[in-house]
Amino acid sequence: MTHADRFCLTKAFQNMSHRLRPSQYAILVAIMLTASVGDTLLSHGMSQVGPVDLHHLWLLFHALANPFIIAGIVLLIGFFASYMTALSWADLTFVMPSTAFGYVVVALLSRFWLHEHLSIYRWTGILLIVCAVGFVAGGPSRTEHETTQHELDIMDSGAGR
Amino acid sequence: MHADHLLRTWSCILGVATLAIVGEVLIAAAMRRLGDLDLIRERSGLTGTIRAVLSSPLFLAGALCMALNFFAMLFTLSVVDLSLAAPAIGSLTYVGNAAAAKVFLRENVDSRRWLAVLFVCVGVVLLTK
Repeated sequence: MTHADRFCLTKAFQNMSHRLRPSQYAILVAIMLTASVGDTLLSHGMSQVGPVDLHHLWLLFHALANPFIIAGIVLLIGFFASYMTALSWADLTFVMPSTAFGYVVVALLSRFWLHEHLSIYRWTGILLIVCAVGFVAGGPSRTEHETTQHELDIMDSGAGR
Repeated sequence: MHADHLLRTWSCILGVATLAIVGEVLIAAAMRRLGDLDLIRERSGLTGTIRAVLSSPLFLAGALCMALNFFAMLFTLSVVDLSLAAPAIGSLTYVGNAAAAKVFLRENVDSRRWLAVLFVCVGVVLLTK
């Protein structure tokens, strides 16, 4: 295989890796949902526990008995695992705006589930974040750095099998 | 007195944002170096994946920064109003992450991504109104 052939193959491989698989979209959706619902559960749980000041931090341990706090912590562990998985195949500057959609989920939950009033500022904020997600979703998810000779050799050995 | 208060408020906000940026960039660098976690899980199972992540020094340093960030955030909320702290820290973290990803992770932050970062920042500030 000539060097030019290998170059074309590498480029084709890189373009393929820019497109997300359905399971990878599912991870991004999981990040949005676990972060927003987890925060909402923690906030609801802490409102039941009551205020904790800096001199009585041990009161936080009582919060661990609250079912909403436990559910919130479980969801946030799920969030951290999905977030790290996403960072293993996508750029930080791709994952960040995509998952900012979680803010929109919280705002919509508070409007339609908790029946809170959303001002024109908040609707504008929601619109801006949705636009931001649209911008990055249309572009590649990962920056590919120049392929090293070693990686080309590995691809070669795979192609020759 | 007023200048002192202003200085303390903004040092807290900058401190929390800096810890968040350093933590996120270190964790992103660790994950990029480890490679696709889905593939590692197929090869060596969930325990193998957790072991691979936990044995990465970059990840451990990043996790330490995130833990410090959590406590710094608690302290900041005791001296700064939430209505100022949350949007200021959120927006600064977004812009700082984009800049740090370009410089340290050599990510291709094109105009499309900068525009997205800007829109998210303004959107986050508007959501807290």
